[in-house]
Amino acid sequence: MMMNHTWKTQYRISPGTVIKGKWHSKQYVILKELGFGANGVVYLAKYNDTQIALKMSDNSMSITSEVNVLKSFAKVQGPPTLGPSLFDVDDWHSSYGRLSYYAMEYIHGPDLLAFIQKKGKAWVPVLFLQLLSDLDKLHENGWVFGDLKPENLIVTGPPPTIRCIDVGGTTIQGRAIKEFTEFYDRGYWGLGSRKADRGYDLFAVAMMMINTAYPQRLTKTTGGLTQLKEAIRQKPELKRFEKVILKALQGHYQTAGQMRVDLLSAMSDQKNSHNSTKTAGVSTAGSKRPAMQQAAGGGPMSRQQYRKKKKKSGWMEFFFIGVVLCVLYSMYIFLKLL
Amino acid sequence: MYTGKIRQILLITDGCSNQGEDPIAIAALAREQGVTVNVIGVMEQDVIDEKGMTEIEGIAMSGGGVSQIVYAQQLSQTVQMVTRKAMNQTIQGVVNRELQQILGRSKTMEDLPPEKRGEVMEVVDELGETVELEVLILVDTSASMKHKLPTVKEALFDLSLSLNARTGENQFSVYVFPGKRNDVEKLLDWTPNLQNLTSVFSKLSTGGITPTGPALRTAVSSFNQKPSLRSLLASDDESYLEDSV
Repeated sequence: MMMNHTWKTQYRISPGTVIKGKWHSKQYVILKELGFGANGVVYLAKYNDTQIALKMSDNSMSITSEVNVLKSFAKVQGPPTLGPSLFDVDDWHSSYGRLSYYAMEYIHGPDLLAFIQKKGKAWVPVLFLQLLSDLDKLHENGWVFGDLKPENLIVTGPPPTIRCIDVGGTTIQGRAIKEFTEFYDRGYWGLGSRKADRGYDLFAVAMMMINTAYPQRLTKTTGGLTQLKEAIRQKPELKRFEKVILKALQGHYQTAGQMRVDLLSAMSDQKNSHNSTKTAGVSTAGSKRPAMQQAAGGGPMSRQQYRKKKKKSGWMEFFFIGVVLCVLYSMYIFLKLL
Repeated sequence: MYTGKIRQILLITDGCSNQGEDPIAIAALAREQGVTVNVIGVMEQDVIDEKGMTEIEGIAMSGGGVSQIVYAQQLSQTVQMVTRKAMNQTIQGVVNRELQQILGRSKTMEDLPPEKRGEVMEVVDELGETVELEVLILVDTSASMKHKLPTVKEALFDLSLSLNARTGENQFSVYVFPGKRNDVEKLLDWTPNLQNLTSVFSKLSTGGITPTGPALRTAVSSFNQKPSLRSLLASDDESYLEDSV
């Protein structure tokens, strides 16, 4: 990722520089650098008084490939939630040689983790629900986001809305993932392949949820599910969603929509259990109620257990009656004999 | 459509050669035979000396490949990235040559307007996904590399994980140098899966000599021992030399 120390210093465009496109001759004034990634530098720039983001690279291949993704996003109906919308693609003859760039919508705001740190953990499920419905749309159109990580997610607004930036890792479903970050990568944790499928993105979503409770990112020790399970159990804010997170980590979700539904119901379960414990605490007299809730709260697992118990007690009953009958009969025979 | 194979040597080392022929010359020879040479320099807190650095860049430059200096911890990500980048460079070289045949003169992808590039890029992407890939990994196991070998092994597992996610076929082979008896020793013959790399690997360690040149020579000849289609890559063009630094 950030190993290209060398080229970063190769070209640095200073604020105020005017960039004129070779093909479309649109003019942009560079305002400041917004960030840099594996495939280039992103600048904030001005075009006729509107602010735009300009991604520039000496590698025209990677620029072209990202433009392809953004163009196909533009074809998707509805509001542009997936990536930034694309304005222009062009080349610029600079003093550093030919550089390729594209201009896109400037998405302004803090990244996912910064937003949560500022506004509180209550936003975590809300933002993840938004993200999952966006991902569902993306997946429906045959893509996988790939390099999903908090740095690539911006919370813009108001109202706070999550948006994806940096589509460099976006891959057609069925191909090999182009770009990834180890911590959010299924392969790195030994929990699956690097083939672009829906589950790959959902794994990254689950890892981001873990990331919200561990902002420093866990370091991989044993790897695999055991380490992650342990990490989830240690944080109450993750334990709430343990089932959903584990299901996503193991690739049990077919679609982002399914994961979204489960996340929603995990939230409402949470509320219900909150209420029930409260009412149980208040009404100490109603001793029947908590017992019933316990039986109901266990879900489908406990129903089977209940049945088993019933079966077991049935056998006991049968045995008991049999013994009693035997005793009575032997007593009867004994009495008759006497 | 392009049906050749992409052949690469991935050299993982931490310093300068000190025995045998000039590795830069052998890398140039490899390139003439259609084999790209990529080099990853593994360093620790200390920095690789100037001489080692120049050699690493030189080998990749004359081998038509990519070079990268990294800390041991970043090795996994780098190994797969360098391999992929070199593969894309080779494909772009091939596509550019095709373009030249169609468009004439010295036109490359960059000479097309941005709107047209998109379609060419789709072809490049498609090839990257489906092309057959042969990677020979050449690992320096001189004394200073000893404690980095477990990391190297992990990085190689990771590489096969990344590449085996592609639709196209992969073949890997692993050589280490210096070997027990010779300059270079074959550890793993051509196989589609690097998981076969045994646990012996991380325990390997040998003397202080680093015969990079002879090791590269053996590596190149190992490609030729395999019966295969005549490589279309033999006549490399200059266009991707500039990217390789």
